[in-house]
Amino acid sequence: MHFADNIDYPPLLRRPVVFLPLLAILFVALLRADAAHWTMVQPLLGGVSLGGPGANTAAALGLTALIGANVFLILGLKLRWQVYVVWIELAVLLIVFFVSFDLSWKFIRRKLWLLVSKGLVTTLYISAISIACASVLALAGAIAKLSSNGIAMGIANFYTSFFRGIPLLMQIYIIYLGLPQLGVVIDAVPAGVVALSLCYGAYMTEIFRGGIESVPVGQWEAARALGLKPRAIMTRVILPQAMRVIIPPTGNQFIAMLKDSSLVSVIGVWELMYLARTEGQTEFRHIEMMLTASMIYWVLSGTLELIQARIERHFGQAHVR
Amino acid sequence: MSVEVVSAEAAEPPLAIRGLSKWYGKFQALDAIDLTIAEGERLVICGPSGSGKSTLIRTVNALEGFQSGEILVGGITLTREPASVEAIRRRVGMVFQSFNLFPHLTVLENCALPLRLVRGLSRAAADAQAMRYLEQVRIPEQAAKYPAQLSGGQQQRVAIARAVAMEPQMMLLDEPTSALDPEMVKEVLDTMVRLTADGMTMVVVTHEMGFAREFATRVIFMDRGKIVEDAPPAEFFTNPREDRTRAFLRQVLRGDGPA
Repeated sequence: MHFADNIDYPPLLRRPVVFLPLLAILFVALLRADAAHWTMVQPLLGGVSLGGPGANTAAALGLTALIGANVFLILGLKLRWQVYVVWIELAVLLIVFFVSFDLSWKFIRRKLWLLVSKGLVTTLYISAISIACASVLALAGAIAKLSSNGIAMGIANFYTSFFRGIPLLMQIYIIYLGLPQLGVVIDAVPAGVVALSLCYGAYMTEIFRGGIESVPVGQWEAARALGLKPRAIMTRVILPQAMRVIIPPTGNQFIAMLKDSSLVSVIGVWELMYLARTEGQTEFRHIEMMLTASMIYWVLSGTLELIQARIERHFGQAHVR
Repeated sequence: MSVEVVSAEAAEPPLAIRGLSKWYGKFQALDAIDLTIAEGERLVICGPSGSGKSTLIRTVNALEGFQSGEILVGGITLTREPASVEAIRRRVGMVFQSFNLFPHLTVLENCALPLRLVRGLSRAAADAQAMRYLEQVRIPEQAAKYPAQLSGGQQQRVAIARAVAMEPQMMLLDEPTSALDPEMVKEVLDTMVRLTADGMTMVVVTHEMGFAREFATRVIFMDRGKIVEDAPPAEFFTNPREDRTRAFLRQVLRGDGPA
């Protein structure tokens, strides 16, 4: 059922009378200003020739009619199918956009396996190790921040302030190039893992703290009154409940880290971004490799989103009413 | 050490409080409280909100600290030492106004988890003992459900079972029916009455005056952090000595029939 106060914005989309004329005016204006870049729409409109003002206006109106018909058809579908159709249409538009670069598919096909087998695998394991370390750091940081120990609190505050306050790229350089000054020579991959862990640990400290604080104080009191020891209170009572709050933003952090791990390419780790850049350079096929790498990142993020949704369902099960 | 504790327990009262004072900043919540409770006694604490009733019982099992005075539970002095706090929490069970069941655990797990972690029972033994006490509060059939699937009254009965399953020497109940819908109050009060059959020592903070009269062996009235009146229920409700008690009773008993 549809009520006026449902969240359903922009309301314009439900009023074709309003948005279609606006769209038509916009297209006419755009085509007037610069018809040369609109050749892409020609096949959509049955190969009209652009140029004269009459043809331009006809093309603009044709385009508007096409969009109007499309919206009208989609609104007639069930909600689930509306979403699917919109996805497919946007994907097609994106592909059309890519194709307009005149890509060499052969080159992509030739390099794809290298990007996946070497780059993707490296990206994945660096991210996975880093997110695990970051979670441990975050838990420790959150407990320190919530404790009544001034030293622990001070260390945790300094840590989160520093690592949230400087760019990740800088942290990677500092750890890779700076640690040898202290006599600690560290390989590129461990350096990248350390930098990502420290940086994301700092962000996730706040997530964990928020999660732990979201558990009502009565839960602590009940556990303490029953005689549970501090560690058991944390692991058996508080954290399982805090997880519901911690998991969604942690999933986001993992997805963000997956892409931020591309920054370790600057110190020569052969992950996805590094390979995309160097392989593209060899034959001046930069855009092919960049787009391919982007698509791999996207597919990976999408997969992680699905996994995250499953985990969320798992931790939410006791709260179904 | 443990031998001493056992011998002390027989002679010592379940709870002895001497000169207990507590401040929140400048506000004095408890003012030189002296209170000794005998084995098997059922004490009801009443008084206006902010009078320190809840604070008093929460200091007993170290949910709240205090600045001066002394608390002894079964002869064990409450100190900052974890060993002392642990020993006292093993002897004292607590029921809260807002139940505080663990929402991520089933009813059975709520009762069995502390038995495993604190009493060191095996999973099977803990489950069996938890089940026995769920039967005592008459909701064994809800054992596999999660707290959110139960009514408020049922949740509070589970909370009582969870506390009693630990086999404490004394129970503290902090306004156990205040968060309940009226039609659920009775089932919880009935559950408490059933516990008296075992001669359990109980300290109850409540506003249910009719219940207090039937249930208590002793009633104290608190106001501004002090114990103002301390009497058996018959005397307390019919012939209170202090003006403040009379004023309070007039207020809470209005519409509750003649006192």
